[in-house]
Amino acid sequence: MSDAHVALKGVTRVYQRAGQEPLEALGPIDLDLSAGEFFAVVGPSGCGKSTLLDVIAGLSQASAGTVSIEGKPVRGVVPESVGVVFQDDASFPWLTVEDNIAFGLNRQGMDAAETNRRVAQALALMGLNDFARAYPAQLSGGMRQRVCIARTLVLQPRLILLDEPFGALDQQTRLLMGDELLNLWRKTGATILLITHALDEAAMLSDRVGVMSARPGRFLEIVETGWPRGRDSTIVASPDFGRVTGRLWSLLRAESLKAMQYQTGAARP
Amino acid sequence: MKTALPQAGLGARAFDFAVFAGLVLAVWQLAHVVGGEVAMTSPLGTLVFTARSIASGELWPHFEATLGAFAIAYVLAASMGVLAGAVLGYHRLSGEVAEPVLVAVYSIPKVTLYPIILLFFGIGIGAEVAFGALHGVIPITLFTMNGVRNIKPVYIKAARTMRIRPYDLLRTVLLPATLPEVFTGLRVGFSLTLIGTLLSEMFGSRRGIGFMLMQAIGLHHMDIIMSLTFLLVMFALMANAAMLVIDHRLHRRA
Repeated sequence: MSDAHVALKGVTRVYQRAGQEPLEALGPIDLDLSAGEFFAVVGPSGCGKSTLLDVIAGLSQASAGTVSIEGKPVRGVVPESVGVVFQDDASFPWLTVEDNIAFGLNRQGMDAAETNRRVAQALALMGLNDFARAYPAQLSGGMRQRVCIARTLVLQPRLILLDEPFGALDQQTRLLMGDELLNLWRKTGATILLITHALDEAAMLSDRVGVMSARPGRFLEIVETGWPRGRDSTIVASPDFGRVTGRLWSLLRAESLKAMQYQTGAARP
Repeated sequence: MKTALPQAGLGARAFDFAVFAGLVLAVWQLAHVVGGEVAMTSPLGTLVFTARSIASGELWPHFEATLGAFAIAYVLAASMGVLAGAVLGYHRLSGEVAEPVLVAVYSIPKVTLYPIILLFFGIGIGAEVAFGALHGVIPITLFTMNGVRNIKPVYIKAARTMRIRPYDLLRTVLLPATLPEVFTGLRVGFSLTLIGTLLSEMFGSRRGIGFMLMQAIGLHHMDIIMSLTFLLVMFALMANAAMLVIDHRLHRRA
């Protein structure tokens, strides 16, 4: 068994369809993430990025191959050390911000004092102090996504999976949320896997970027960015940033074109 | 934004309501003046008569009868509607089959089914409860079904990533997520069940407000008709206003 934090070996995901041939959505994928790494996945739309995240999280089962986290195989149940943030707003509208953040802790029967301490910490960290008693409907999309991130953080995950968490936000908010994500990453020491369709986001935030092919998604290449751990969004001005983004796009261009043709029906996978 | 969306102040709303109530009273008084005592009791006359009949206690047994039948009908409509709606919302195929059928049945004037109900349940509380519940159960079913159907899948996914137990998922995610829609159904069902109960009392009963109304119409007791109508309107208005407040509060969060 390797000592990687997350290890995928020959992982595929095939969807059986009634009356049609099965759809190969993903793989085979081999991937090792080391502890404390920031890894981004980019790929054309429909390439199976979100499927990959679901399989790693244990929300859906791999059709073949193995996923192991901290040396333990993942099978259909989300491991305790894993936190997930989704693209769709998953804040619960019937709970206040602080009750949303405490949700997971309450379900686990954490005692009140520790729950309050962790919620207060997460509120401060995510800049939500003034909104503790507000309902999500009173907040902007960016603030609600912070609530979801805080709700995951209080569970103190060692692996955080993010499925296009900033996809619904405008560009400036995204850059700023990216900075906050980098801060969180440094403070918590967690391993982060970020799924995104934004090449600049992937290039700016991560240590390594996995570039996926059109369906069935597999890694074409894994690009090392070489950024220092203390980076922030100002690196978008550096020439190296242009080099990394350019490399990602040159890998992706042909694949994106293929994906677009599948969608318009010009070609069949 | 820490506060909720700006709303008309309580003062402004009270003023709007006062203007509306004044208009209703004015039209009522005008109808009394034009039509005379035979056609329409005046607002003041109605109020005095209502106060007197409440004080005499002769209204009470009828009120009790109506309230009893209505309460049973509403509890039946609510529990059957919420249960059926939850099942139909959860099982998508059944829901898609049942929805057009329910809408079609609902659009039949239910009075046409009254003879059948009467044959089944006989004159008395059985038919009253059945006819009342028949009015309320379908809208409650439809609202609940839509509430369950429209739960955002990401809520369930997020709850699963927090390793939630199935019972907790139901109690802390699925129920609160559907509550606003279910409550709207219960509010609509409330008025409709009341209508059904009263209608049944009017056509096939020896007691209750509906029966009293029918008797008063037969004997042309205008003051009784007006006083009963007034009481019913007040009851429906207050119940609906209270439920509307809760309804708005639930929906404002969603």
